Amino acid sequence: MKKFAVVAALATAFMGSTAVKAVDLEVTHWWTSAGEAAAVAEFARVFEEQTGNHWVDSALSGSGTGANPVIISRIIGGDPMGATQMNTGRDAEELIQAGLMRDLTDIANEMKIEDFYVDKSLLEPCTYEGKIYCFPVNIHSWDWLWLSTKAYEKIGEPVPKDWNEYVASWPKLKEAGILPFGLATGWPISGVPGVLMSGLGGSDLVLAINRDKSGDAVRGPEFRKVAEAMDALRKEISPDMMVPSFGDVGNQILAGEAAGNIHGDWLQGDLQVAGGVPGKDYECLPALGLGDQLTGGGDAFYFPVLPEGTDPAVIQAQTDLAKLLISPEAQLAFNLKKGSMPIRLDVDLSKANACMQKAIKLLGNGLLPSGDFALSSDTQQQLQDLNIEFLDDDSITVDDYVARYAEIIEQAD
Amino acid sequence: MADTAVQTAERTRAPGASRVLYNTFIRNLSAKIAAAPMVLTVLVVFIGCTIWTVYYSFTASRLLPNNKLVGFDQYERLFATARWNVSVTNLIIYGSLSLVFTLTIGFVLAVLMDQKIRFESAFRTIMLYPFALSFIVTGLVWQWIMNPTLGLQGTLRNMGWSSFTFDWLNNPKMVLYAILIAGLWQGVGFTMVLLLAGLRSVDEEIWKAARIDGIPTWRTYISIVLPMMRGVLVTSVVLIGSGIVRLYDLVVALTDGGPGISSEVPAKYVYQYMFSGGNLGQALAASTMMLVTVLIIVIPWAYLEFGGKGRRS
Amino acid sequence: MSQTTTMTGSGPVTRSGVEPSGPRPKPFFTPPRIILYTVLVFACIYFLFPLYVMIVTSFKTMPEIRFGNIFALPAQWTGEAWIKAWTSACTGLTCQGLSPGFWNSVKITVPSTIVSIFIAAVNGYALVNWRFKGSELFFAVLIFGSFIPYQVFLYPLVVITRELGIFGSLWAVILVHTIFGMPILTLLFRNYFASLPQELFKAARVDGAGFWRIFFEIMLPMSLPIFVVALILQITGIWNDFLFGAVFAGTQNYPMTVQLNNIVNSAQGTPEYHVNMAATILTGLVPLIVYFVSGKLFVRGVAAGAVKG
Repeated sequence: MKKFAVVAALATAFMGSTAVKAVDLEVTHWWTSAGEAAAVAEFARVFEEQTGNHWVDSALSGSGTGANPVIISRIIGGDPMGATQMNTGRDAEELIQAGLMRDLTDIANEMKIEDFYVDKSLLEPCTYEGKIYCFPVNIHSWDWLWLSTKAYEKIGEPVPKDWNEYVASWPKLKEAGILPFGLATGWPISGVPGVLMSGLGGSDLVLAINRDKSGDAVRGPEFRKVAEAMDALRKEISPDMMVPSFGDVGNQILAGEAAGNIHGDWLQGDLQVAGGVPGKDYECLPALGLGDQLTGGGDAFYFPVLPEGTDPAVIQAQTDLAKLLISPEAQLAFNLKKGSMPIRLDVDLSKANACMQKAIKLLGNGLLPSGDFALSSDTQQQLQDLNIEFLDDDSITVDDYVARYAEIIEQAD
Repeated sequence: MADTAVQTAERTRAPGASRVLYNTFIRNLSAKIAAAPMVLTVLVVFIGCTIWTVYYSFTASRLLPNNKLVGFDQYERLFATARWNVSVTNLIIYGSLSLVFTLTIGFVLAVLMDQKIRFESAFRTIMLYPFALSFIVTGLVWQWIMNPTLGLQGTLRNMGWSSFTFDWLNNPKMVLYAILIAGLWQGVGFTMVLLLAGLRSVDEEIWKAARIDGIPTWRTYISIVLPMMRGVLVTSVVLIGSGIVRLYDLVVALTDGGPGISSEVPAKYVYQYMFSGGNLGQALAASTMMLVTVLIIVIPWAYLEFGGKGRRS
Repeated sequence: MSQTTTMTGSGPVTRSGVEPSGPRPKPFFTPPRIILYTVLVFACIYFLFPLYVMIVTSFKTMPEIRFGNIFALPAQWTGEAWIKAWTSACTGLTCQGLSPGFWNSVKITVPSTIVSIFIAAVNGYALVNWRFKGSELFFAVLIFGSFIPYQVFLYPLVVITRELGIFGSLWAVILVHTIFGMPILTLLFRNYFASLPQELFKAARVDGAGFWRIFFEIMLPMSLPIFVVALILQITGIWNDFLFGAVFAGTQNYPMTVQLNNIVNSAQGTPEYHVNMAATILTGLVPLIVYFVSGKLFVRGVAAGAVKG
């Protein structure tokens, strides 16, 4: 009841402020797949219902080289959109410095966002010189080991409960002609070391590397376990086993052709679209079934400063959208569709599936900063290059890998 | 030559005007106005932006340009990067093969098309259509065709040819040739059309004369027509060359640089560090290296082309 | 005078008694002819092979694509993917397929193509026939410019168009395409004009014809094939361009390629291959039609004919 009251009150407040006239607000994002678009549609629905304004959708596929240049160019070219999804952290810093991003601190204070964000660390990349410039709208985590029920049925063994049991099952899987680890070409490998880091190395290692950028931590014994696990993985993977997209890996898992895969929570969207049921067709182990904390980060929305002479109603619409994106109603609707975790837990999550429930439980232990959250895009790109190279080139030893990883982390700023 | 004609013509029309002033500003005024867009583009865009590129390659620019000068840091990092070094090697191999094959096949096809064949328009459109289709998807189709299980290899093996092997896409040593197959597929048609246009500009008298002298057709093509097509050939080389240097879409669509980093190319490095990696300084350092390389190749050519005074190509 | 008949595909028949150009015309069924056509047909197989895969895929259903052979004909033909690609494929929240961007692409392509070709043709003409001090140097720099990966210039051009006050409009995108088309097109026209007989130009000058009159009345009519080449190059490049259209043209003018990219490039999920194939072919149709139709202009002997005439 209380929740409803809040929503209703918010709704009236918005109606009161903008009922005068409906305006268009352009929103850019790179959520173009069916599942993602369905999630964005929830934001749009809530926005239009509650403010009477019109959400103009500007979807541009492909974050890095697809949408990024367009979004950034339009902001610096003086033709900004009303709101945009953007990589968080250092990337936006310069746009903020140039005064091109709207300061959201007042809205944050008014809403007392510190009280409901499930983890304060989420706001760090949005904060610049004490002010808040973006709102994370969800929590994504890479830390999942997905396992195929069918594959383990085939070899007559129970589905592993953690990473170690999983590795132990590889020989038998191979005998049965099942791929132990399914993998898509390109970037998906780059998320794996981070997952191994939190699962095998533990929370301290994650903090030392991702937060403190410690090269020594990379050279230490804990990270070596990670590097060795990567080495073990690459021995099971050859280019002709790799599939074009991670969605295909999802299909391999449902079909029992591949036994497992490490991939972010968004894989679940695909598993579900393909008709998979968690606990029945596939199992999910957060933090490899070993750790008690998840690494993660969020997708965030920025609100560019609109040019002088913009209709105040549009600026008001911007404000309303900022508030709505992190409102309980929008959060719940959006994240159920997106397969990610909401940024606030004061919503009714009983509709969340088994895997998401597990994740929510771990969220209570605090969120660790994942690499794609805490490191600059530049560093991420370098690590991705290294991981892709290591995977394919056996002449790079574990020692080389550790040394180069350490070097990249030390140079990170 | 033309200039003399010009002067004679102008003199008759503008008697008594101050010759010097006239020559500097008014003479060929139309020509000067007409060339203004080119002059502006060259000065502002091509020279201006090149200076911009070189300058910011010495800075620690991230997402946007900034003025934090860091000397040769970006270059040191660039040369120490395995991916960049592989990219450069790949470009040299791919580039030389692509240039030779595109020109040769393009010329042979153009000559064949020039034989008064039936359905020329249809043939030409067939050879040219790959040029019109977005590589995002045609790259995927080539990926399928060259995929060992899905594509040719799997199909022919299923049909009983069990030893047939075509797995270049997954083979780091062969992947560049796989890209070449798709690259030629896309680019040869246009070169053919360009060379065909060149063939069609050759004066008919030449052919008549050659026939009267009893020179075989193939020799007429090689030793008379080809040298006369120098202009179009140079255009083709520049076009193919610039395509090679800018090679990006094809690689992204076909291999995304894989397996591993074995099919990476420089433009992809530049583009990814610029927009995904948010490291403008690094991207511009890489891009400057590309510009320097092009200069090393273009300057001798420009010297040959324009060095000899008054010679017209 | 010119021998246009054969080039439009009507066969090796010479209508008048005029000596035909090119190698000696030959009857249809001689051994060299058979070899010639065999080679061409084999070349066409190589060129058409991927198109075949695309077309059969576009008419299949998703399960058939996933489990069947990529070369097989559809077990059950369905045009659904084509309809979906044009009218109802989702690109973000709007599910109208490719159709909404079509006219935007036309609005961008037509003026950009015309302006860029016109300016480059004038450049080439001026460079050959009206040289001025430093013109060759400008040209050399221009050629150098054709090798620059143009993405590098994105930010400076954003700033330039912003300062000109045209960022986010059709003007900006026309300007950008004119700039990036200039090196290759100028080279194309310069080298072509240089290969034309100079006597004609001189004669016109003596007759007192000015810069523009010579250009429009003598140079243009002699250059049809090269205009076709330029047209092919520009229509293709501009029609398929994603980056400049999306950045410079403004939201209200988003070209079709934005939608194509969104349909094809969805980061998540199993792609709908049949829709992707249909969408790609649909997007490519406009350049394809231009290729085919412009072939009529692709004739031999225009230059020679003009000289004699």
